Amino acid sequence: MNSVVPNNKSVARSQASFDLKTWGPFIALMALALLGVLINPAFLGLDNLSNMLTRSAFIGIIAIGATFVITAGGLDLSVGSMAAFIAGVMIILMNSLVEQFGPGLTTILLGIGASLLLGLCAGFINGMVTTKGKIEAFIVTLGTMGIYRSLVTYLADGGTLSLDWGVRDIYRPVYYGSLVGIPIPVLVFLLVAVVGYILLNHTRFGRYCFAIGSNEKVAEYSAIHVDRIKTMTYMLQGVCVALATIIYVPRLGSASGATGVLWELEAIAAVIIGGTVLKGGHGRIWGTVVGAIMLTMIGNILNLTDAISNYLNGTVQGIIIIVAVYLQRASWRKSAP
Amino acid sequence: MSTQDQPLLSARRICRSFGPNQVLFDIDLDLVPGEVHALLGENGAGKSTLVKILSGYLSATSGDIHLDGEARHYRGSGEAEADGVVMIHQELALAEQLSAEENIFLGRELRRGLFLDRKAMRERCREALAELETRVDPRARVKDLSTSDQQMVEIAKAITRDVRVLIMDEPTATLTEHEVEVLFALIARLRERGVAILYISHKLREIERIADRVTVLRDGRLIDSGPMAGRSKEALARLMVGREITDMYPERSALASDAEVVLEARNMVVPGAVKQASFTLRRGEVLGFGGVVGAGRTALIEALLGLRPRSAGEVLRNGQPVALRHLRDAVRQRIAYLTEDRKGKGLVLNMGLRPNLTLLNLRAYCRPLIDRRREEQAFHEAIERFDIRLRTEARTAAELSGGNQQKLLLAKVMTIDPEIVIINEPTRGIDVGTKHQIYHFVRELTEAGCSVILISSEMSELIGLSHRVAVMCAGVLTGVLEGEQINEHEIMQYASGIKGVGVDEQRRA
Ligand SMILES: Nc1ncnc2c1ncn2[C@@H]1O[C@H](COP(=O)(O)OP(=O)(O)OP(=O)(O)O)[C@@H](O)[C@H]1O
Ligand SMILES: [Mg+2]
Repeated sequence: MNSVVPNNKSVARSQASFDLKTWGPFIALMALALLGVLINPAFLGLDNLSNMLTRSAFIGIIAIGATFVITAGGLDLSVGSMAAFIAGVMIILMNSLVEQFGPGLTTILLGIGASLLLGLCAGFINGMVTTKGKIEAFIVTLGTMGIYRSLVTYLADGGTLSLDWGVRDIYRPVYYGSLVGIPIPVLVFLLVAVVGYILLNHTRFGRYCFAIGSNEKVAEYSAIHVDRIKTMTYMLQGVCVALATIIYVPRLGSASGATGVLWELEAIAAVIIGGTVLKGGHGRIWGTVVGAIMLTMIGNILNLTDAISNYLNGTVQGIIIIVAVYLQRASWRKSAP
Repeated sequence: MSTQDQPLLSARRICRSFGPNQVLFDIDLDLVPGEVHALLGENGAGKSTLVKILSGYLSATSGDIHLDGEARHYRGSGEAEADGVVMIHQELALAEQLSAEENIFLGRELRRGLFLDRKAMRERCREALAELETRVDPRARVKDLSTSDQQMVEIAKAITRDVRVLIMDEPTATLTEHEVEVLFALIARLRERGVAILYISHKLREIERIADRVTVLRDGRLIDSGPMAGRSKEALARLMVGREITDMYPERSALASDAEVVLEARNMVVPGAVKQASFTLRRGEVLGFGGVVGAGRTALIEALLGLRPRSAGEVLRNGQPVALRHLRDAVRQRIAYLTEDRKGKGLVLNMGLRPNLTLLNLRAYCRPLIDRRREEQAFHEAIERFDIRLRTEARTAAELSGGNQQKLLLAKVMTIDPEIVIINEPTRGIDVGTKHQIYHFVRELTEAGCSVILISSEMSELIGLSHRVAVMCAGVLTGVLEGEQINEHEIMQYASGIKGVGVDEQRRA
């Protein structure tokens, strides 16, 4: 027997079954969109669509970071509180900078810079404690989740931190503005997704994430700096949270202890709906994007109909998450001999 | 042993395909009570697939299975086990987080009323482990056991059932010599009791000792089946591989007397594993490492490479001290390491073959994004060079047979174009044909001026390939044997600590 070049039939077959898995989330999204149109034709309106995408950008951007963390076998529960904390610090900083620089671009750029730096540091801490301290990511990030949440409450003194009105006017377009007809948050979302896709699928870093998530030992024996790569995934997650926060701040212009509550779960849900495996080793950026949009779409559709109460949003989301994962598992099972 | 016995389990015209690829063709097999039936074949011949079908883990694409003359259609291993058809897996299939005892009774826990009868289970478990002469604590978590102990738990799990047909898929690949003896004694007892045994192994010496009947598969087809008596090892090897295997061990390459030292380890100490070890490796040399399992050979080498912490010791590369803190540093020094645990540490099983191949030296395939075409090209070269045989288009490394996994792993470590190659148990679970190829590959390496460190528990391998053999015993490098000294007797003496340096101090300590 010599090495056989795989015959065309087998290649075609494996691709066909592979495609089904890749396209699963997209098909689900289409089905959901169809449902939306049937319920209310206004669903397809340009306004509604762009509104929905804009809203999904926060969770979407955070979820793209989470895709890396989860693919590499980690988990970050702190993203929601981290976002609140970053928003709080950013607002305090910009408010105080107003005195010095006035409510101008400098103030905002410094605020943005600080936000990114903070995200990077917060991620670094999560990463270092999990890898060097050899503590489960679940525990570490559960801890930092509580810490960031209480810090923002403390900074706001139990109340709400509000952004200076002058800054708010100038900062406003970052959320409400648009470029060539596309809302800026959507553009950022798209950009992050493209960069994330390339990073995960076409670079060494991404390949290492897959390897580490599949089997850390093998990664170590393949001369991969496992701790370093894992820490980097948390830092990337931090940057994504910072980016989402930068877009979020001009929307509300405030931060409080209630900001970003449960975002971590929504982000994780988006990642899982998209087909990334929760225990690591397999990640899909476009799936995550679709997952984030789906989650927002559910709320949107419920808004457009009276058939189901808006208060049942969580119920519908929950059911969809479970069904999505069930379908993925079922297709796994079928493709396995 | 009776002769007129009806087959207990018989399989007829078994076929199996994975997707469009057929891996078994019309296989017939009869298992008779009180008989040890050996199943032989190259890696990927379809042995594991066949026995998984017999024991209900896989279904046949077509064909029939009869037990006691009655047709059986197992839909899961549970149904087969209920019939007394039990299989010991090639890949350990234990629940890592559970204790040995919990694993042994997993899914058929003994109960008293509503509650688990822990006492009875512990009792039965102790009996089984005692019969296997292991010191495994029933309460120890499987995760914390050594591979050979895990294998013993797996065997205990099988024999605590009411077994009528016992199928063993390469049970000895990870066992120590003593454990192998214990297992053989157990097999003999089971045979007396009238159990039908199907035994898969690549070790022809074992087959010769215990088999009553043998069946040979090649490329999924039944090549030969009949009583063991009258069939020689050589004949079986030829049937398996389909060609004559001569010169199992190639002639050693001549070693220049002034060959420089390329690697030196001085006074290495690894907490809990190595007490004292120093050695040198010269250009073009094969340095064997002998000793029993657990003597500290792997710990020594892995500490040298920066894979485990060491508390003392110095490493010199080409005479210069080097700090190897991470395997990456070793790679930079052009040292390649082939781990003994290809499934747990060597290959990412759920990843494709190409990413596995390039994982160790991925930067060579980046500019700066990963160049899939270059990966593909490297993969095709590796298939050629290492004779990786893809009967089916495997999507993941898990689908490859053991021998092909080993070749892929070898190809992977060779992607760094090393000057020093350290191979740890390179032929574990590997068929004769592939072994032969690996030995010749080692020879090619030294020919080309590379140096090789060969850790092996197979005496004949060490003797056949090494220029010098370093022997370890209980964490101490007791001696380095050369020339005439390299023989089984001498190696055993050093390995058991009867001869060699450091032995007396150790005794006194
Ligand atoms: N799940 C699977 N999907 C696709 N192909 C498979 C799968 N399992 C096994 N194969 C293929 O079937 C063939 C037979 O494999 P099998 O594991 O039965 O070989 P084996 O004789 O047990 O080899 P070894 O001695 O290495 O254990 C191989 O070509 C293998 O690649
Ligand atoms: Mg097998």
